[in-house]
Amino acid sequence: MNDLLVANSVSKNFGKFKALNEVSIAVPKGSIFGLLGPNGAGKTTLIRIINQITMPDSGTVHLDGQPLKAEHIRDIGYLPEERGLYKSMKVGEQCLYLAQLKGLSKTEARKRLKYWFEKLEIGDWWNKKIQELSKGQAQKIQFIVTVLHQPKLLIFDEPFSGFDPINANLIKDEILQLREEGATVIFSTHRMESVEELCDHIALIHKSNKILDGKLNDIKRQNKTNTFQVGLESLDKDRVFAEIQDKFEVLPATFKNLNDDIKLNIKLGDHTSPNDLLSFLTSKAEVHHFVEVIPSASDIFIQTIKNN
Amino acid sequence: MNHLPLIIKREYFTKVKNKSFVIMTFLSPLIMIALIAVVAYLSQLNNDKQRTISILDETGYLKDVFQNTDNTTYTNLSGLAFDDAIALVKEKNDYGLLHISKVDSLDVFADNVKFYSEDSPSLSIMSGLEQKIEKRLREMKLQKDGVTIAQIEASKTNIEIEQESFEGEKSSKIDNVVKLAFGGAAGYLLFMFIIIYGNMIMRSVIEEKTSRIIEVIISSVKPIQLMMGKIIGTSLAGITQFVIWVILGGVLMMIVSTIFGIDLTQVKTPQQEMVNQAIQAEGAQAMAENLITAIGNLPMTNLIIAFMFFFIGGYLLYSSLYAAIGAAVDNETDTQQFMLPILMPLILAVYVGVFTVIEDPHGTVSTVFSFIPLTSPVVMLMRIPFGVPLWQQGLSLLLLIGTFILAVWFAAKIYRVGILMYGKKPTYKEIFKWLKY
Repeated sequence: MNDLLVANSVSKNFGKFKALNEVSIAVPKGSIFGLLGPNGAGKTTLIRIINQITMPDSGTVHLDGQPLKAEHIRDIGYLPEERGLYKSMKVGEQCLYLAQLKGLSKTEARKRLKYWFEKLEIGDWWNKKIQELSKGQAQKIQFIVTVLHQPKLLIFDEPFSGFDPINANLIKDEILQLREEGATVIFSTHRMESVEELCDHIALIHKSNKILDGKLNDIKRQNKTNTFQVGLESLDKDRVFAEIQDKFEVLPATFKNLNDDIKLNIKLGDHTSPNDLLSFLTSKAEVHHFVEVIPSASDIFIQTIKNN
Repeated sequence: MNHLPLIIKREYFTKVKNKSFVIMTFLSPLIMIALIAVVAYLSQLNNDKQRTISILDETGYLKDVFQNTDNTTYTNLSGLAFDDAIALVKEKNDYGLLHISKVDSLDVFADNVKFYSEDSPSLSIMSGLEQKIEKRLREMKLQKDGVTIAQIEASKTNIEIEQESFEGEKSSKIDNVVKLAFGGAAGYLLFMFIIIYGNMIMRSVIEEKTSRIIEVIISSVKPIQLMMGKIIGTSLAGITQFVIWVILGGVLMMIVSTIFGIDLTQVKTPQQEMVNQAIQAEGAQAMAENLITAIGNLPMTNLIIAFMFFFIGGYLLYSSLYAAIGAAVDNETDTQQFMLPILMPLILAVYVGVFTVIEDPHGTVSTVFSFIPLTSPVVMLMRIPFGVPLWQQGLSLLLLIGTFILAVWFAAKIYRVGILMYGKKPTYKEIFKWLKY
């Protein structure tokens, strides 16, 4: 059993509107799983189903091999996109309350809160009211509340919105550390650079359907176009360029380099290996730059959605 | 996982510790007592005011009819011409002038009485004058027909009908007053409680939506638990406030009436008028005795048990509706369109209670409204002191509980969907659709 969470053909309708259509995902233990998709694709509905906030019309969800049930609330930490805290309640009281709702005892919650408050250097906030804190500060509290009961599965919906870069980094490091400690993370976001940085698995939901999923690297491999970016130096630029153009499919490329090179993106056919290209190039000119073009998560995202 | 106690505790303590709640709890009785004291003081002041009414009686029939009282002095201006009398009254700044023009026969007397004053005279003074004149006129007419004053006096009898039920239970008019007071107090208390604390529940649901904490909470507890926790927690806070009000109000009332010597009971409400009439009819000595019997006659056990059930049932029914409204909207201004259907039956219940139950506690209207679940708590509570068959109470309660369960189911549905809907003002149509999600 290597998957912590398995959703099997989950469908959900709101009236006539189909929010999820037979969506299946499998989140491997210890992974950081990116749940991607444009606005209104159905991500939040899926997350709410995992959190048992709404029930699916059909399909099943298993956590750790068991069908989802009420007790699993303890095993999940959820940071929703629409988040907030009781404004007029004191930070400490509020954290204790929310932790108790997750099944922690009061003493245990207090102990763990102390640890986290020291770790994030916010010990002196205990008796402040939420309305006295800034938005970013309140977000920190919210993060602590989400992870305090040490859930097996953490679900973050746009976790970095509202944080300045320093705090966003801090939270990112905390997420990575929690993963090291054995937590599995589902991560829903539009920010592709953080997907690139954090996720090792992704699923892409578009118009209520899952249209892509798997390991990020596998997906990249599938989506790569066998294109190489090359930088060449030669005394006779025009002749070299013409010869390459004869043999391969060529596009102009831009990248930074020291010299005024020939800069090209060369797309290889199915039967040509990179080595063939390289040996051809070395025979014609001096090779300064030779890199395979790997599609970014953002490219894959845009491309896949366009194709659908 | 049962988080209900935890939620109730939080709801209770956030309400009770809230500054404006604390201030209102302690300030409201003060304000109320101050208001009552001011009204009492003012009405006393009004009663103490000295008035002089001048009388110009050209017929001479009304001699000795007007006797000076503590507040009113009558000046006889007989012999003066009308114009002089008016001028004199104006100059002395009297309350007014009662003028009876010279008439030839008693038959046209009534058409020749007029009252002149600067401002329009008070109703009670006019009716006082009219009563005196009518009495005198009746006596004179009878005398003219040969009846003596002694005969007239002897003809007056005071009838006091003794009441007794088929079971032989004696009762008096004061019984009805006491029943009315108990029933009215119970019904009105419920009405106030629903309005004040129902609104509080609604606001607290809206607060959770606007502060966006709802999704965090909902991922830990079932919406129905959260809703019930809110309703129960807020009710407990409400009961705390009510108890403090009653105790503080009672203590303050005593302090104020002893210090300032103002008899607060002098403030006359219509109910008290009725009490007073009953007292006048019976005589003061019998009254205390009757009052005790009247209270003793009340079906006390039934009253207390029914009060508890109908109060809790009615309150829970309405507060689940309030919670549903809170869940459906985004802010308080959007609640208006949904408030009306809740307030209508409630106000209707109080009207039926006040106007119909008093007239005829067991009539068709009263009976029907004491069965309709949205009005039954208030109307039934008002009816019970008059004695309602147990099967009726039971049936009404059963209907109430049934509706309550239905309302909670309905409210929970709206609550579950509504609390996660942001940004738009829902219509009735949309809410109806939510029920099917």
